[in-house]
Amino acid sequence: MMMLGLGSVGLVLLSLAVQSGHGAQDSAVWSREETTERNYYTRYHNMSEITAWMEQMKRENPDVVSSMVYGQTYERRNITLLKIGLSSTGRKKAIWMDCGIHAREWIAPAFCQYFVREILRTYKTDTKVNEMMKNLDFYITPVLNVDGYIYSWHNESTRLWRKSRSPGTGGCTCYGTDLNRNFYANWGMVGVSTDCCNLFYCGTKALSESEAWAVTDMLGKMREDILAFLTIHSYGQQLLVPYGHPNTSAPNHDELMEVGLGAAKAIKTVHGMDYTVGTSPDILYPFSGSSQDFARLIGIPLSFTFELRDKGEHGFELPEDQIQPTCEEAYAGAQHIITYTHDKAFYSYAATVRATLWTTLLAAWVSSTILL
Amino acid sequence: MPIYTQLAFLRTTQSSLALVFCSQILVWSMGWTLFILLVVLTVVHGNPTMTVRTGSGPTVGFDQHPNSVPLGEDIQTTTEGESEVVEEVMTTGVLNPSHYPARRAATVVQHYLNTRYGSPYRWIFFSTVHSGSSEDVAEMGRKYQLELTVQEMISNVSGQCSAELFFPEGEGQSAPQVQASCEGLHQSNTTAQEEAFYQQHRASNNLVSGNNIPDSYGHVEPSMKPFWQLGGVASSFIMLRESNESTLYNMAQVANFTQLETEKDQLRFNYHVLLHEMISQEIIHWKLLVTWSPEQGVQVLQTELQPKCHHCEAPPNTTN
Repeated sequence: MMMLGLGSVGLVLLSLAVQSGHGAQDSAVWSREETTERNYYTRYHNMSEITAWMEQMKRENPDVVSSMVYGQTYERRNITLLKIGLSSTGRKKAIWMDCGIHAREWIAPAFCQYFVREILRTYKTDTKVNEMMKNLDFYITPVLNVDGYIYSWHNESTRLWRKSRSPGTGGCTCYGTDLNRNFYANWGMVGVSTDCCNLFYCGTKALSESEAWAVTDMLGKMREDILAFLTIHSYGQQLLVPYGHPNTSAPNHDELMEVGLGAAKAIKTVHGMDYTVGTSPDILYPFSGSSQDFARLIGIPLSFTFELRDKGEHGFELPEDQIQPTCEEAYAGAQHIITYTHDKAFYSYAATVRATLWTTLLAAWVSSTILL
Repeated sequence: MPIYTQLAFLRTTQSSLALVFCSQILVWSMGWTLFILLVVLTVVHGNPTMTVRTGSGPTVGFDQHPNSVPLGEDIQTTTEGESEVVEEVMTTGVLNPSHYPARRAATVVQHYLNTRYGSPYRWIFFSTVHSGSSEDVAEMGRKYQLELTVQEMISNVSGQCSAELFFPEGEGQSAPQVQASCEGLHQSNTTAQEEAFYQQHRASNNLVSGNNIPDSYGHVEPSMKPFWQLGGVASSFIMLRESNESTLYNMAQVANFTQLETEKDQLRFNYHVLLHEMISQEIIHWKLLVTWSPEQGVQVLQTELQPKCHHCEAPPNTTN
């Protein structure tokens, strides 16, 4: 009884202490309580807030979260990812996710934040997430096109900006290259423009943009280890599989479609939303130079583009009250893909080893019984 | 026989016997091993080994989808001056409902339905295409037939529609022609709301205006919602007129609207809307003069395309 009493007094004191600390918070630094509050993840956040949030995630989860600056934008800002996973002695397999390659697609960075929060929230209690955190490292870039994202926050007239913020060349006065046309994957072939004012301007050459170069560099270094590449966009409610070029098929097209359709099914069970699955030339439009195509071309077997909500009612300006349901369904879809890729890598290997061992043992036993 | 040969013979015999014996064991155990291996492997079902991860390029091939019957589906690339133009030779025959031709055609039906039935309290979007087909009409254009489900956004009522579209070809491309009949949409009874809204704004002593709907956060003030919806319906007139098989229009935002004096019992508004054209990803600015009343429905009296502002793209003075 005394222990109970002491315990409850302790709890009351603790909650009072937390509450008193709440009011004095610097708005750029989120307290533990604030970031775990549901309403942080139901709002859009500007780049300073996201940067502060990344620091927060590292501070609160030092054993599993670290960050890496892996490039610079045109305007010399850091491109940062969070690396999340339980530490191990050996080299680990990886999952890559990037958000916000197109500035106006605000729901994408919101999803990356949600995804990070969700795996950190559940890895200690959910056995599957725990297992995946043990076997994999998640490399998550909440905002890839930092310059563009910041520009889209500037005022209402810049809200619908898409491209990077590098200036045009050769007398062309418009700004920006479409980063998702700038990768070394059939660059410049289809679904692009050489006019720097165009929304599909693919740049002066492949990887002219430092943002695309940063991703290329990281993927190149890690290509042996990356099992799945997910790039997050909006809108349209689609899951795109490689390739964007119309007359080419990924060698594992059937597998990509099967996994994609499974992910769409998982998405639908959450809130009933339909996501169409297919190659971009089939369900959207043909285009080359995308990050997804590049990932598949260098050998990453599962490469998906997510086009999140909605289907045009709000478009890029998705209401904040839809952030949570969108993230929940997208999380289910992403987890389907990640679970598949994890189990394929770790369970099939184990099964093969097991089978071989058993066979050898049985053969040895039989031989010995025959001989004796 | 000398003893060494006898011994050698014996040794040879011994070793050959041993050899025979061992080989028999080997064969026997190999046989067993194989048998067991077969048994075990049929029981253990693992996934195939991981995909070979070399830098191998894409397989050139034509990916077939089970539902489509593509007759002459092909993409040709031509170069015109600096830009590359992709000419799409469209699918004819049965349409795959999840492929883009069906989706683009369905969006055109959506625009058509809004021009016919839309109001500040009735705004229609297509949800799913169930089936469809298309065929060439020699030297004139292409005809589509679609079965689709649409949804009225405010009441959430769904309707099933059958639609026929015709996209004309050639110089001076004109608007697509659409016919559609729907079941179920009439269930959304908007009369009371429309009448109340009409009466509220009919008197010209308190003219309404607004801007940035939705705002950057996707938020629409409740009092602004009917004006947003009216803007969407009015935009449908432009989107329908501008649509072809290579476009997919949605209204991105009402940049601003201003109510004008009521004339001839019609509410009147100037709208500036931003349309998002998905296939080019462009944001296109239009100004419209719109009238509405419950009896007359939505009418668009004037439209004016606004030029794209390139010098507006320069970096702002302040950096974040």
